[in-house]
Amino acid sequence: MAAKSGPIPTDHVAAHPRAGQAQLLLVALALAGLVVAPMFLYPIFLMKLLAFALFASAFNLLLGYTGLLSFGHATFFGGAAYFTAHAVKVWGWSPEAGILLGVAGAALLGLVMGAIAIRRQGIYFAMITLALSQMFFFFCLQAPFTHGEDGIQSVPRGHLFGLIDLNRPMNMYYFVLAVFVLGLLIIRRFVNSPFGMILKSIRENESRAISLGYSVQRYKLGAFVMSAALAGLAGGVKALIFQFATLTDVTWQMSGEVILMTLLGGIGTLLGPIVGAGLVVSLQNYLATSDFPVTIITGVVFMVCVLLFRRGLVGEFFATRLGRKLGFRSES
Amino acid sequence: MTMIFGIPVQALMGQLLVGLINGSFYALLSLGLAVIFGLLRVINFAHGAQYMLGAFAALLLLTVGGINYWLALILAPLFVGLFAALVEKTMLSRLYKLDPLYGLLFTFGLALAIEGTFRYFFGASGKPYAPPAQLTGAVNLGFMFLPIYRGWVVIASLAVCIAVWLLIEKTKLGAYLRAATENPTLVQAFGVNVPLLLTLTYALGAGLAGFAGVLAAPVYQVSPLMGSNLIIIVFAVVVVGGMGSILGAIVTGYMLGVVEGLTKVFYPEASNIVIFVIMAIVLILRPAGLFGKDA
Repeated sequence: MAAKSGPIPTDHVAAHPRAGQAQLLLVALALAGLVVAPMFLYPIFLMKLLAFALFASAFNLLLGYTGLLSFGHATFFGGAAYFTAHAVKVWGWSPEAGILLGVAGAALLGLVMGAIAIRRQGIYFAMITLALSQMFFFFCLQAPFTHGEDGIQSVPRGHLFGLIDLNRPMNMYYFVLAVFVLGLLIIRRFVNSPFGMILKSIRENESRAISLGYSVQRYKLGAFVMSAALAGLAGGVKALIFQFATLTDVTWQMSGEVILMTLLGGIGTLLGPIVGAGLVVSLQNYLATSDFPVTIITGVVFMVCVLLFRRGLVGEFFATRLGRKLGFRSES
Repeated sequence: MTMIFGIPVQALMGQLLVGLINGSFYALLSLGLAVIFGLLRVINFAHGAQYMLGAFAALLLLTVGGINYWLALILAPLFVGLFAALVEKTMLSRLYKLDPLYGLLFTFGLALAIEGTFRYFFGASGKPYAPPAQLTGAVNLGFMFLPIYRGWVVIASLAVCIAVWLLIEKTKLGAYLRAATENPTLVQAFGVNVPLLLTLTYALGAGLAGFAGVLAAPVYQVSPLMGSNLIIIVFAVVVVGGMGSILGAIVTGYMLGVVEGLTKVFYPEASNIVIFVIMAIVLILRPAGLFGKDA
């Protein structure tokens, strides 16, 4: 698809025989890095990063592995944040129950939006999800339980399983890290399952998948609901991290942001959305103090990504000789 | 006071007019989107930003250059079209061979960059733009007062919509355009400069958005974000109408504007979402859209 980088075509470079072990080592190093990171960096920032990385990974499940571009994922992220915040604050639910409600609510929203949107393909799919998510935005603006422009504020973090006090930053951090790792394991399992393989075949050639007897619509809907639920997981956790849920999380700008994270990192790679989320969140953090609007940079990065490196940073790395040697392959 | 369905006639007519005006903008914008999509297979997310550019061009022409509304009505769309042609020639044209989703993502980025830039230089607040002296005031229609400028918006947009429709359906250029939509390779083989046709089409679509922006400047305030919320509604309009037909885009635009206006009278809470609800219903009953041909 994109132009090959470097003078040597790397498509046929075989993986090193011990590439598997090298990959495991890299993952272990990254995990170890995340475990010790809060000693050096501000925990809230790290937690925000993890929540968005999970959100982008959930989004990538749909775009990267099923080929469906949803422009409405903010609905699931922000919707779940509202549900979790409401359950924990108003109904006094425990944090884990609140997050589960957020996931269930996001999955339900995903079922409704997905069932309508999969009736059209490609570019229409993107426009329909965008319009439906805008409808959800107006719903949130008017519904009493979301408190309109104020949002749901001072949400208590509570005690996890009644035991672990999440008000202590370190406890909260390791809880978020655990949720993040769990979410990624689910995505990895899902992508490599027979279900995931069928999704890939739909992405590559939908008509052929239909002719092979797969009920494509049902698989697409399944992937959509799965992606929505995981985005909801990220949203529910985010509500507890920041202890509020606001309209910002259900806007179309948020849907655009998650697309950017995935595109920048690399569509169709497990690592890409995480790297992309890290970069975008860091950039926002860095620019938060200046009055230079983030949207200009976001827009320009979007244009540059689409024009020059559609494989994203991670995808480009995977295509290099070193990446190939390490046995990495991008799925798109 | 006369009542219809328990609603005063004046309120009903007032909202009907507001609906017709919104519908005028929906029609102009969805027409531009349909023209661009027809040939380029690109959903132009920057359409809202180009509409905003048209309004700002009019405002700046007036405040900096002292150029009046009537001249701005011609100059601003030209500027916007020229800018669009430049973008198409240098960047967008590289994406035609790829999945159409990349065109959508590129124009989305373009919209963010343009809006961000204007917000940086002009702030987020709206700026008023006075209607020209010839179009101020109102006429008494007996059952309601019609502000002249609002009547003008409806007439002007209708005229432009019909002109564009005639251009595409009845002229030689339009015939090339329709032929290139069907089979660009064959049309190129006949000696038509298709890349130029693509550039002109994108410029025409963007110019229409710019024209809508100038028309909108005296009705709404001129602000950097005036296009971004509108464009999502226009997307829904396009989904309802189906992208296949130019006339369909125009009719659906006016129709949904009026429906939205009537909803404001009868059930105001739903007026923000009624178009999206209609979109969902149409998708369930007739996925190709009201005027769409493709399944």
